[in-house]
Order: sequence, then C-alpha cells, then structure tokens
Amino acid sequence: MELLVNGNTHVVDAPEEMPLLWVLRDMLDIKGPKFGCGVGACGACTVLIDGEPVRSCVTAAADISGAVTTIEGLPDGERLHKVQEAWIKHEVPQCGYCQAGQILTAVAFLERTPNPSDRDIDMAMDNLCRCGSYPRLRAAIKTAAGLEG
Amino acid sequence: MGRIAKYTRRGFLGLGIAAAGGLAVGYYYYQKPYPNPLPDTLEDGEFTFNPYVIIGLDNRITIITPRAEMGQGNHTTLAALVAEELEVDMDQITAEHGPAAPAYYNSAMMRDGAPFAFFEDGLVAETVRGAMGVVGKFLALQVTGGSTAMVDAYDKMREAGAAARMVLLEAAAARWGVPVENLKAARGAVLHPNGEQLSYGALVAEAALLKPPGSVVLKDPSEWRILGKSQQRVELLEKVTGAPIYGIDVELPDMLHATVSMAPRFGAKALSADTAAALATPGVLNVVEFVTNTEVGFGIVASNTWAAFEGARALNPTWEAASYPGDTAGLTALFDTTLAGEETFTMGGEGDAPGALDAASDRIEARYSVPFLAHTTMEPMNATAQFRDGKLKLWLGTQAPGLAASASAALLGIEAADVEVETLRLGGGFGRRVEADAAVYAAAIAAQTGGKPVKVTWSRETDIQHDAYRPMAVAQMRGALKDGLPEALDMRVAAASINKSFLGRVFPSLGGGGADRSILDGGFDQPFSWPHARFAAHQVDTAIPVGFWRSVGNSVNGFFYESFLDELAHAGGIDPLEMRLKMMQDPRHAPAREALKAVARMAGWGAALPEGVGQGISHVLSFGTWVAEVVQVDMRSGKVKIDKIWAVADPGLVLDPANLKDQVSSAIIYGLSAAIGQEITFADGRVMQENFYDYDALRMAGCPEIEVALLENSPRMGGGGEPGTPPVAAALGNAIFAASGQRLRDLPFGNSVEFDLG
Repeated sequence: MELLVNGNTHVVDAPEEMPLLWVLRDMLDIKGPKFGCGVGACGACTVLIDGEPVRSCVTAAADISGAVTTIEGLPDGERLHKVQEAWIKHEVPQCGYCQAGQILTAVAFLERTPNPSDRDIDMAMDNLCRCGSYPRLRAAIKTAAGLEG
Repeated sequence: MGRIAKYTRRGFLGLGIAAAGGLAVGYYYYQKPYPNPLPDTLEDGEFTFNPYVIIGLDNRITIITPRAEMGQGNHTTLAALVAEELEVDMDQITAEHGPAAPAYYNSAMMRDGAPFAFFEDGLVAETVRGAMGVVGKFLALQVTGGSTAMVDAYDKMREAGAAARMVLLEAAAARWGVPVENLKAARGAVLHPNGEQLSYGALVAEAALLKPPGSVVLKDPSEWRILGKSQQRVELLEKVTGAPIYGIDVELPDMLHATVSMAPRFGAKALSADTAAALATPGVLNVVEFVTNTEVGFGIVASNTWAAFEGARALNPTWEAASYPGDTAGLTALFDTTLAGEETFTMGGEGDAPGALDAASDRIEARYSVPFLAHTTMEPMNATAQFRDGKLKLWLGTQAPGLAASASAALLGIEAADVEVETLRLGGGFGRRVEADAAVYAAAIAAQTGGKPVKVTWSRETDIQHDAYRPMAVAQMRGALKDGLPEALDMRVAAASINKSFLGRVFPSLGGGGADRSILDGGFDQPFSWPHARFAAHQVDTAIPVGFWRSVGNSVNGFFYESFLDELAHAGGIDPLEMRLKMMQDPRHAPAREALKAVARMAGWGAALPEGVGQGISHVLSFGTWVAEVVQVDMRSGKVKIDKIWAVADPGLVLDPANLKDQVSSAIIYGLSAAIGQEITFADGRVMQENFYDYDALRMAGCPEIEVALLENSPRMGGGGEPGTPPVAAALGNAIFAASGQRLRDLPFGNSVEFDLG
C-alpha cells in the first residue's frame, strides 16, 4: 500500500487490517502517535487525515486514501504551529504522553471552530489525560484561538 | 538517548576519555559512600565535579536529575537546585536523567517509612528516621516515589552546585592571580573586578584538577534567583513536538517486538495454549514461556507490536483456578471477617478508646469501603531488553531503575552489575512504575531471542488486568461525642500489606516486611488531638498483587477518617470546619489549622447556599505536606455536578509555585476520577475491567474548575506529587451530604449517585 504521511509517500508491505498506528510506529518509525488503548477510547494515537482527527489505532492503514499528518508534520519547518506555541505558553504537558493527540485534536477543532465557547471545547476535546492537564489545556486552546492571553 | 547510550561507544574510545574521567575527582568522591558514576560517561572535552554536574570545554552544562520524570516537573526543579548554587541560568543547562547508580539513592523515602506522624519530632522518632535514612543509603535505592524527590535532593543537589562553583572560582583565582574572595560567579562565568570574565568552559579543565571543598556554604533563600520562582519546564519542547522520548518509543537495530500473555488469575499456571495458531499469525516469529517471581506467562515475539497482539489473541491459553475468593462478594466477606477478628497491629493513638466507647452514651458507628484500583498510566507498561554475552541491557521508563536491574538479574541468574538500565521518560507513573514486572518479563523474553533486542509492549487490557492494585480496604469506624465534640475514636481497617506484596515480588528473601504503616496512613498520623483514639490494622492476605497508587494508604484512610469526622460533626451539631479546628489546638498542628482556614476563606465556607448545593471540607497531611480542600456540588438536577474545588497546600517550602500548583491540581483530578467512577472488581478470580471503556477517568468536560493556593507555615519540607489526592474523595462525599443529606461510605460514589460530567 501507499501512504502519504507528512508530505512523504511511503510504500508499505503490511496486512490489510493492520492499524495505521502500528504502520506508523513500527514500520515507518514515526513515533509521535502514541499507543494508549488500542480500541479508540483514549485518543493518544490521534492523527489528522485530510485535516480530520482520526484515531489511528482503530483505522486500517489500507483504508486510507488521504494525506496523513502526525505531530511530526505539524510545524512549518522550524516554526511551531500556533497550537504548539500555546501549549508551551501554558505549559500544558505533564507526563506529555497524550499531548500529541491532544494537540492534533485541537488543531482540527480550531480549524472548524475558530471562536469556540467553553462548551464547544469541552465537547470537542474528549481525549484522555491521566495527569489531569485539562485546566491548562482549556486555557491553551483559548490562547491558540486568540480569545485570551 | 542520554548518557548510557554513550557508555557503550566509550568502551571503544580508549585512553583519552578514561584519562579525562580519571582526573575528575569530585566533592562527592570523598564525601559520600558511593563513587561518582559520571566519569565513565563523559564525552571528549567534558568534565564532571560530582554525580550531578558535567561541564564541557564548549560551555555545555549538564545537570543530572536522577529521578523519574513522569509529569511532576521534577527534572526542572531538581536542575534548579543545582543551577541556583552553580550560578548558571536555566536556559544554559540541559537536564538528563543519567545512569542508574547507587550514588543516587533516595534516603528521604526510607525516612518516611518510620512509623511516626510527620509532626512527631521527639528523640525516638528522629532516631528511627535517621536509622532508616542510613538503611536507604546502604540499600542504595534509586527510587522516585513517596513524593520525596525534592526533600531528598534539597541539600545534596544544592551542595553539588556550590561545590562545583567553588572550584571554578578557585581556578579563575589561580589563572588571574587574585584572591578568590574578589571574584564572583554569575551566568556560567567568573567575573574579575576589572570587568574581565572567564566562562566555566574556559576554566573547567583546570577546575577539575582541584581538590573539592571540604564544606560548602549554601545561599540564604532570600538570595535565590531561581528557586522559589516558577520556571519553564525543561522538557516542554520535546513534549509538544512528539519527540520519541518514552520507553515505548525505543528503536534499535534488529529489534524484535513482543507482547505478553499472562494468567488472568494471579499465581495460576497455564493448562493449555494454542501455540500453533499463534505461530500461524502473520508476523509472529516465536512463542516463548517464562516463569518469574510474580507470574507465569508467554511472550509472543513478532516483527511488529500489532502482530504480537494478534498472536496473543490466537494463543488463547486456559488457566488454573484462583487461590483466593474468586469474586468481589467473596473478597468483601473475607475482609469483613478479618475486620471482625483480632487486629494485626495498632499504630499511634492515645487513651483508652474501646473503654471510652463502651462507656459513652452518644456513639456513632459506620462501615466504609474502597475498591481495588488500577493505575492506568497513559503509556501502557513496556520495556525493551537485550541479553547478550551474559549481560542485560534494559531501556524503559521506571521509577526504580535499580530494582528493575536487580529483579531482572535475579531472574536471569546474573549479577545486578551486569545489567545496564537506560531510564527514559515515563508516560505516567503514579507508583505503577516502581514495579519491576515489565522489565523482568522483557528480560525473560530477551533471554530467548538469540541476543536480539526485543521491545515488549503490553496491551491496555494486560496493563489493567496485571497491575499492582491500590488495595481494597474496609473500615469499621466507631466514634463517641461528649458535649458535642469528639471524645473517642476506634478506627479499624482491613487491607492487604503493600510492603508484603511488593517485597514478595522484588525481594522475596526479605519476608513479610513487618507492620505496614500504609494500612493506617492517613489515619493514625493525622494532626488531631483525641482524648481517646485507637488505630488498628487487620491485615488481609490474598494473592492479588497490591502496590503503590498515588498517595498510597493516604488515599484510603484519608477518605475513611475525613468522612467519618464529618459524620461526627453533623451528629454533634457543630460545623465540620469548626470541629476540626477545635481538635487541632496542639501547636504542632498549626499548619493544618492555617490551611483549613485559608481554604475556607477561598471557598466562602459558611455562606448560605441554595437548597441542593453543598460544600464539603477535608484535610489530610501526607508526605509532609498539609492539604485542605473544599468541594462544592450542585445536585438540583438530581445528578451531582461538581461546581468547583478549592485547595490549599503547605509543603513548608515551595521551590516552584506554578509547578506545585499543577501537581496539586493533577493529584486532585487523579483522586476525583477514582472517587467518581473507578473500581477493579473480580469474578471467577479475574479482573473484570479491560480498557478505558469500563475503567475510565475524568475527561475535559467533567473536570471542574480547581483553584489552588500555597502556604509555607510547615516547619519542614514536604513533597508535591501525591498530597493533593487524599482529601478529595472525603471532601466530595461530605459535599454530597451537605447538598442532599445522603451519606456515601463506599467508593466509587458513581455506584450510588449519578454524576453530571458534561
């Protein structure tokens, strides 16, 4: 199969049903998407496919025709994405393991909802964080949206 | 990936490096019982002064922060301890975990194991603590846990920075021929009064030849530039860019992938397994068996992790029956029976509680319970191992690299010295990664891969069903009131001994571990004066492994004790805050009083609230930090909506205010997730929960606003990672009572009331 990941085309010899997460991590050595649950329940494996957030642990790589963006492909060269900048400003990560998935979910969310309400944020950001970074995560999304300081 | 990776390379580099390392005799080389492990890890042009400081000719300054970074920000604050005294700025340094070595033992953790309350500082308590600190030194346990990283490092890492600064100043004095008193260090350079300056890099080669100071004078906190102020975390960039920093991200040449399949009933052996089906799974290369101290199982080795998971499914083993009551009802009966019998030991207490209770007319009794809990770190358990030529190398995120090494060595029949551990970042720890199991199973599988490295990743289901659980516990509380105030308390707690369970896993030769204070932590050691009080542990032994879950026994007894106090207050017709303050008149209890008063002010405690809205308060002293919390709930919809949580924490000394507040907030959310909805239950001897769909935690929408304030009244320094957890369950339950009149005594509350989580 052929996969377009972060602008690069990869030819991969993998079983039809192999989840994208494991193709990325174990075959292409792209480690940004994390394994958390394997059943699409936590969001640590979130990647963007044509800009939409997808849980890569339950998405067969063979079914994908769009462009895959992982956290590695988010910055514009050396320049971090505004969501990453906001994450640094608010020092969102603690252990950090869920944050690549959180950031990509937030990027897609803000594309669709540039002026989110608190309620919008709560509804869209359903990824699990066991460190409880939620208060700072919420603040960082507002900063990235240009809503507050 | 850090210094140990360099070590192997260094083996081939030869004399130049060895000579550079050999010249670097540091302060600690003479002062401490363990040698500096860093000379063996230096790159060309690098020099070390002690186990914490490396400076290069190119001015690169590396500070070794030898504790697990699992989200607590300790690499930042540990580095700040050294940077403050070394006179370098945080943007000039790199923090590295460094090698696993005895020099990095944690003595504070052992001190905390002494059976005394934190505020008890009499001769006996201090003597025993001192002796246990010495035990810590000789066991050389490099452990991250018990919220001890800062307490342990506070003096030794500041001294390390100061000792290195002093020889750098001396080297500059010699170079310029001026008295050292005339020179000053700042921002990684030594300044001459005439305006000249020499960078540390320019001085390091000479400084490393100088005899280290015999004693150092540390700065007064009023002179601090870095400590006491919030610092930006050192690892932020890598964490927002998805850098491959965690154990699970290890990638090595020729590396195999594997997973484990183990008995769902603890201690049971396999009766059958479909090895052929597993081997027929595409990508599966081998199925191996292993027997360890803790479990019997299979390793499924494959060309990628997913194939290993698929192979494990196909293997489909059958297992023996359980040796313990197979379901939660049977376990509950065992706990209740144990509670009704003789106690195993008592701790603390005063007066004659049973006598006073028997004589009392105004008596209250209640039974409380908490379930087993899993840790569910975001990063599932994993470890990478390579066993070649009788030597083992491990790569993993661990809170105890020395234990991972010694337990793996014991399994393979090699010396611990022949195990090298590279500690990577941890995707969560919470006490789970103190355990050595992931390392041991990886070692067992690596012994059967012909010398190839193998990364062993557990499925989430395996992670949840093979944890070392927060112990289930049942308490029988009896209290008596006199003139509306508490007069006597008899607190009996049935729970398993974590020490016994843990020692059985990692040091089986050490036996049962004696009286385990964790069964009563958060009860017997709390800052209350009772005319009569008794705290009795009724130890329950089963094969279900129990371990250290964020705040350990305090999460259990903090709930029992602080909920029951609320019951006593309501029974006595006295405000729960007022009652606590009256019981905290001993001057040593002052930090608790101040924390409670502060949190009450923040929350507007005592103000009139609408019918159906209520506030609950609690206070728990754990790991040397005093934490008071108020939870406000709104139950007008029929569901419990948590409006807000206020917390005040007093660790005596705050080294990084923003980070400590984040830790308290994190610990509250961790405890809240458990209080609302988490429990591990058993049927047919197996853990019934599998994944986040049936063992979830709070998500964004259910996370209330949390406001944290810090105080520094406590006379001694306390820890940061855990103390926010213990008060929250009781404060929530007390708030539900205030709002509804419904007293909840069994966790999780979600079994009794419905929560509105957004």
